Amino acid sequence: MSTEKDYINMDMLRFTTAGSVDDGKSTLIGRLFHDTKSIFEDQLEAIEQSSKKRGDENINLALLTDGLRAEREQGITIDVAYRYFATPKRKFIIADTPGHIQYTRNMVTGASTANLALILVDARNGVVEQTRRHSFIADLLGIKHIAVCINKMDLVNYEEDAYEKVLRQFSEFASRLENVSELTFIPLSALKGDNVVERSDNMPWYKGAPLLYHLENVYVGSDANHVDARFPVQWVIRPHSDRHHDFRGFAGRVAGGVFKLGDEITALPSGFTTKISKIMLGEKEIEEAFFPQSVTIQLEDEIDISRGDMLVKPNNQPNSSQDLDARICWFSGSKKLTQGGKYLIKHTTKTAQAMISEITYKVDVNSLRKNEEDKEFNMNDIGRIKFRTSEPVFYDTYRRNRNTGSFILIDPFTHQTLAAGMLR
Amino acid sequence: MRNYNLNHLEQLEAEAIFVLRETAAQFEHPGLLFSGGKDSIIMAYLAAKAFAPAKIPFPFVHVDTGHNFHETIAFRDKFVEEYGVNLVVGLVQDSIDRGTATEETGPNASRNALQSVTLLETIDRENFDACLGGGRRDEEKARAKERFFSHRDSFGQWDPKNQRPELWNLFNGGKGQGENFRIFPLSNWTEMDVWQYAKIEEIELPSLYFAHERDVLERNGSLLAITDFVSANENEEVRKETVRFRTIGDATCTGAVISNASNLDEVIAEVSASRITERGSRADDKRSEAAMEDRKKQGYF
Repeated sequence: MSTEKDYINMDMLRFTTAGSVDDGKSTLIGRLFHDTKSIFEDQLEAIEQSSKKRGDENINLALLTDGLRAEREQGITIDVAYRYFATPKRKFIIADTPGHIQYTRNMVTGASTANLALILVDARNGVVEQTRRHSFIADLLGIKHIAVCINKMDLVNYEEDAYEKVLRQFSEFASRLENVSELTFIPLSALKGDNVVERSDNMPWYKGAPLLYHLENVYVGSDANHVDARFPVQWVIRPHSDRHHDFRGFAGRVAGGVFKLGDEITALPSGFTTKISKIMLGEKEIEEAFFPQSVTIQLEDEIDISRGDMLVKPNNQPNSSQDLDARICWFSGSKKLTQGGKYLIKHTTKTAQAMISEITYKVDVNSLRKNEEDKEFNMNDIGRIKFRTSEPVFYDTYRRNRNTGSFILIDPFTHQTLAAGMLR
Repeated sequence: MRNYNLNHLEQLEAEAIFVLRETAAQFEHPGLLFSGGKDSIIMAYLAAKAFAPAKIPFPFVHVDTGHNFHETIAFRDKFVEEYGVNLVVGLVQDSIDRGTATEETGPNASRNALQSVTLLETIDRENFDACLGGGRRDEEKARAKERFFSHRDSFGQWDPKNQRPELWNLFNGGKGQGENFRIFPLSNWTEMDVWQYAKIEEIELPSLYFAHERDVLERNGSLLAITDFVSANENEEVRKETVRFRTIGDATCTGAVISNASNLDEVIAEVSASRITERGSRADDKRSEAAMEDRKKQGYF
């Protein structure tokens, strides 16, 4: 917990957790919370009472994370849950995803907003099929930092061999990860607390930092794209008041790059070019705006701009096309993806229609092989498609910019979110 | 090169403003649920920032149990006046008079659960298709599973097992006839973030949040303030204490904490040292393990 004033310099790290069923993920989160004093007395008391009621031998830290009645009754985690803790250095947002049912869908969701993925491996078992799957999904969603936690080191006598084995196994397939730029391996015991918050005396051979130190210090500042200026217009502000009679401001969140006062900008799709006359954050005028700030931009000339349009720099424009190629994860259990199927696409602040022109292949998330024969997408399936939109979409590849390269597909009848996609 | 990084409060602010603008853009008749508590005050402040220099483009909605601290109502009226927004009030008493809600009886009777009825009736009457709430995921374990854009069926119910996945910052506000949304711009804020932001932005909060002297009594482990709605039973003792409130809700179930924290700096120091969650003093959450989930399924905030 932070003390007075320190909080001005605190930044934020969003991470997602992945592990197989018995890898000790709940115990690790429980340990992080416990050792950073983020569990409160009344929470601990409530968990103690519930554990007793259920007849659990020890305090069941998983109860801290399983919030819904059905989860408590069945001892499972149903949905992504978001948890928060802070040290004087950083605020952390954990997207905690369940290890079994609807796994892929939930991990994709959790990973979409995360900078780092924490992947748990049981030291006794080493890298298993699920480890590869988790790494593949983290990479697919553009996560650049993976921390592999080799857990339960206490059960292998804290021997370096177990750690070395995982390192070797991981490097065999790490070359296939496209986005991950930093892989960190931390041997630990969540149950005993080794290398979670405090450095462990049981593993003198390990020269790296404990997990919390890594989470506090990992540098994610350069993950965002500060080069390609992109400003999807969200809402047009027109006060219609006497004081601000002629005010016309474009509200939105910078999706990439930097916009400065006086910069020349081009509005898409109209293609008109003008200059930025004012940038505002609330009532305050500021000199420049960058990702992920929410600001209001005023322009020198009056040009027709509305929600779904995009402000960019004249000499650095995004791709513009109606024919798109993407990797997707299918979410729906009741609807199948069909060639020729029509859906709504939501991309930045624009909503348009989309028609599937080709189902290219499906990926077997266990073997990571492409399958061009089986093209039936069911819930949790990942693969590649081509589609055509009813109007041009202004985009960057997902690899270059997560904000202008991502989209969701929506069922036009039930309004359900059917799929998440990453443009290529 | 300049360091293009935001601190945690600036990031949370940018996210909340984005969500508030999405609400205005995707819905026709949104309302902002305003209780006069700190979370709804922060949300309203952010809404003013999101749409400046224009006015906030939706009305404030207060579901009034009639069991208020008078400070809350005075603050609410001043705030609404300052921001120049419309205020819609739904009275729990009206629901009781109409016979759509029945007053609880017994020693711990509270109108807290009845708010759901009045809220749903108000949504219906005013034709709201989205209601912005100040709920935060760190408040309570059922809330940890809540979405920014939370879909409600035509009965106002939340179905936690069948929520729409929410990715990146693409919020799907699509809905069928009679359905609506609850939207939570402060989802990723913690209690500490709220206090720190209030301090940095110099946001005025009701005096109830700061230490003051007050007559209280102890009931089921909570310190309740003596008001028109709470009086001592035979075996209860009224005493004077220096207290403040960490949350402000219905006066019949909002507990006070003993405290000398009289300004935001002191409150922040106190909260960071506290070993009890803010809702630990809320009698409404103590009713059962899934009290919040059950109320939310029925349409609670």
